Amino acid sequence: MRRILALVGLAAVPLAVLGVFFVLPVSGMLSEGFWVDGRFDPGAVADVLTRPRTLRVIWFTLWSALAGTTVSVLLGVPAAHLLHRRRFHGRGVLRALLLVPFVLPTVVVGVAFRELIGEAGPLGFLGFDGSAGAIVAGLAFFNVAVVIRAVGAAWESLDPRPAEAAAALGASPAQVFRTVTLPALRPAIVSAASVVFLFCATAFGVVLTLGGLRYSSIETEIYLLTTNLLDLQAAAALSIVQLVAITALLVVTSRLRAVADPRLARTTARPPRVSVGDWPGVLATVLVGVLVGLPIAALVVGSLQVGDGWGLGNYRALTTGGSRDALLVPVTDALVTSLRTAVDATWMALSLGLLVAVVVTRRSHTRAERRVRGLLDGLFMLPLGVSAVTLGFGFLITLDEPPLDLRDSLLLVPIAQALVALPLVVRTLAPALGGVDDRQRQAAASLGAGPLRTFATVDLPVMWKPLLAAAGFAFAVSLGEFGATSFLARDESPTMPIVIFHLIGHPGAMNYGMALAASVVLAATTAVVMLAVERLRVPSLGAF
Amino acid sequence: MLTLDGVSIAYDGVPAVIDASLRLEDGEVLAVLGPSGSGKSTLLRAVAGLEPVTTGRIAWDDGDLAGVPTHKRGFALMFQDGQLFGHLTVARNVGYALRLRRTPNAAARVRELLELVGLEGYGDRLPATLSGGERQRVALARSLAVQPRLLLLDEPLSALDAGLRERLANDLRDILRAAGTTALMVTHDQEEAFTVADRLAVMRAGRIVQQGDIAAVWRAPADPETALFLGYARVLEGESAGTLLRAAGLPDDDAAVAVRRSALVVADAGPLAGVVVSARVTPELIRLVVEVDGIGAVDAVARLDTHPAAGDRVSMVVDASRLAVTPTTS
Repeated sequence: MRRILALVGLAAVPLAVLGVFFVLPVSGMLSEGFWVDGRFDPGAVADVLTRPRTLRVIWFTLWSALAGTTVSVLLGVPAAHLLHRRRFHGRGVLRALLLVPFVLPTVVVGVAFRELIGEAGPLGFLGFDGSAGAIVAGLAFFNVAVVIRAVGAAWESLDPRPAEAAAALGASPAQVFRTVTLPALRPAIVSAASVVFLFCATAFGVVLTLGGLRYSSIETEIYLLTTNLLDLQAAAALSIVQLVAITALLVVTSRLRAVADPRLARTTARPPRVSVGDWPGVLATVLVGVLVGLPIAALVVGSLQVGDGWGLGNYRALTTGGSRDALLVPVTDALVTSLRTAVDATWMALSLGLLVAVVVTRRSHTRAERRVRGLLDGLFMLPLGVSAVTLGFGFLITLDEPPLDLRDSLLLVPIAQALVALPLVVRTLAPALGGVDDRQRQAAASLGAGPLRTFATVDLPVMWKPLLAAAGFAFAVSLGEFGATSFLARDESPTMPIVIFHLIGHPGAMNYGMALAASVVLAATTAVVMLAVERLRVPSLGAF
Repeated sequence: MLTLDGVSIAYDGVPAVIDASLRLEDGEVLAVLGPSGSGKSTLLRAVAGLEPVTTGRIAWDDGDLAGVPTHKRGFALMFQDGQLFGHLTVARNVGYALRLRRTPNAAARVRELLELVGLEGYGDRLPATLSGGERQRVALARSLAVQPRLLLLDEPLSALDAGLRERLANDLRDILRAAGTTALMVTHDQEEAFTVADRLAVMRAGRIVQQGDIAAVWRAPADPETALFLGYARVLEGESAGTLLRAAGLPDDDAAVAVRRSALVVADAGPLAGVVVSARVTPELIRLVVEVDGIGAVDAVARLDTHPAAGDRVSMVVDASRLAVTPTTS
């Protein structure tokens, strides 16, 4: 009992933050749906759910997420083999580059795809613009990296001897893969696929910028309903659908989560060179390269186009507010705001995430304690399942009166972004902390080290790299966060994604050119952060 | 002095240790011997403050230890696999507790400790470059650094191979004696316990079934199961026990008798006779299983220059020092 109290004590700070800045706003938003004019009226929610448009939105969300997941897995698994089990020149660089899309701001990716496949773009003749295929391609763009990373890490540490034994018994390479390798990788693949499905189903920026008027997912529909139509009830109803579905998915995912055995020795054998038999991996990697490289190339090329010629005019224009008063502040100011916000969001997400990771990874002594830890673990993953739009709007309607009048606080945006980044931070830190043999801590304690000293001796040496990596993640997520920020950022101090979205919404060639240039700047900033993280070689990046 | 008074420990209501009482005098080495799953490690962890005690009391010199956290108990715990801190050198591992207490002249003390465990000059190496035996020596030096009032050893030698284990067990005993350390060791290996400890407590299914001076426990196991666990090959009861005791010249008072594998020795004109069932040559002697008249199948040994084969009839004498009379099961 005392241990459970200590556990809850340690969890108190993150719980309080989660309660005030997550549960309160989200439930505030949801209750909008159930209370009409101060009266409890759940029937209205049911009405919304039977609207034909609602059903269409739900259906689209499901199948686009499923398609995005399928493409990501089909490309990601062979590419993971090439990138993690074969040796070739430039492998490290390629691995790092293919990880970058995962943290690119969604708005930037939307802009890049439109530049590539739009009417005037190099692939405009395909008539891909505004199609569902473009959205699926956009979803895959982000999430192939997740599959490559998760499956690759599992593949890399796979003991090669069972496969060698099967080969010695007469199994062909294809049979070895089907009967030995694939079953061993299945937990990693399934867990990667469910996370990717989650990301696809809650994708916001990509669907909003690529879907146009024809396609809407639950997430963008919530945005349209709240901002354009002011139909809060319908938005709340959709939020509930999303919350229930994602929570169910999270429960399933946590059951499937591949638990890496920390005692399992990682193989150290040098991987062989690439051979002819590796063609599926080579092909998949090339396809991923095309999928990731083309939109970015189109974006960079487009940003350098001024009128009919070439030049840096679009970049120079970033110090202005754009033509026809598109913006209240120059884009450069927005970049400063973005960076400052990201620094705040990073330290918040990091300190919260570290506490949560410590709480959920400590060894449980009793079943009750284990259950409490499991519950906390799930609770802190919830921001993953709640629409950032719901969160942002919930902030607006619940944190607007004393004692919590934070509408004008500069910390509102970083807090929201920190909560969005929290699951990623926890999932980067928890495997590293969980991999520490508890007896190391006991050894330190028995030699006279107090809890803090024990942490410094045992945990910190293995934690500093994941901590830096998690900081990089949080920073990148904050730089690109759009869903919640679009509600909370004040007009006079917008962040980069908000500015880019404004610019593409305003007519004028100069505004569009500026949007492209701003996207390149934002993408480059996140890419630099991400490449620095990759240099740390943390094995469990975003291991969900 | 460590005192355990009716200590019980349960996980989720499943008892792991039941009503354990022990006393450990200063300067003594006590081995808790038991098969895996007997609760001995749980008991040790409770003494270290790593497991909460359900009922009962653990005390040091009459001061109750309940509520004293591990790092304030002044006991050092040495794990089966050392648990050295991988990122610290050998010297920094050994000096860890000294640094925590800001002990002056720590470097000299570290050198002295490394010498004590026979690892002079290893100070600058990293644990990953050491062999298993060397790592355990470093772990021992680390545990002894601040002269803990009690050293807790959790299967300290089990992770090592047989030859090394024997050598290190002797060293461990000498080092503990030289340092005058009070120690509580848990192990499943009788030889290890016999080599290192002065006193022995035997644990089975969560209960301490017997404790006392190590030779005394060996001479008189508390019950047949304990006898088997202590390395006696068979326990005879009833009529066959009586026959054997009479042949050994011991009083036959309806007890069970535990027999070591070398208790019966093939010799001309011995009081027992039987037919050899199987014979196996080992480097030192021949090990037999003999169907003895009036007793049944028991183990016996013969000198290497004799050649008993299966089916031969042999006569045997009994070495009474290799028998232990125990109360019967009933």
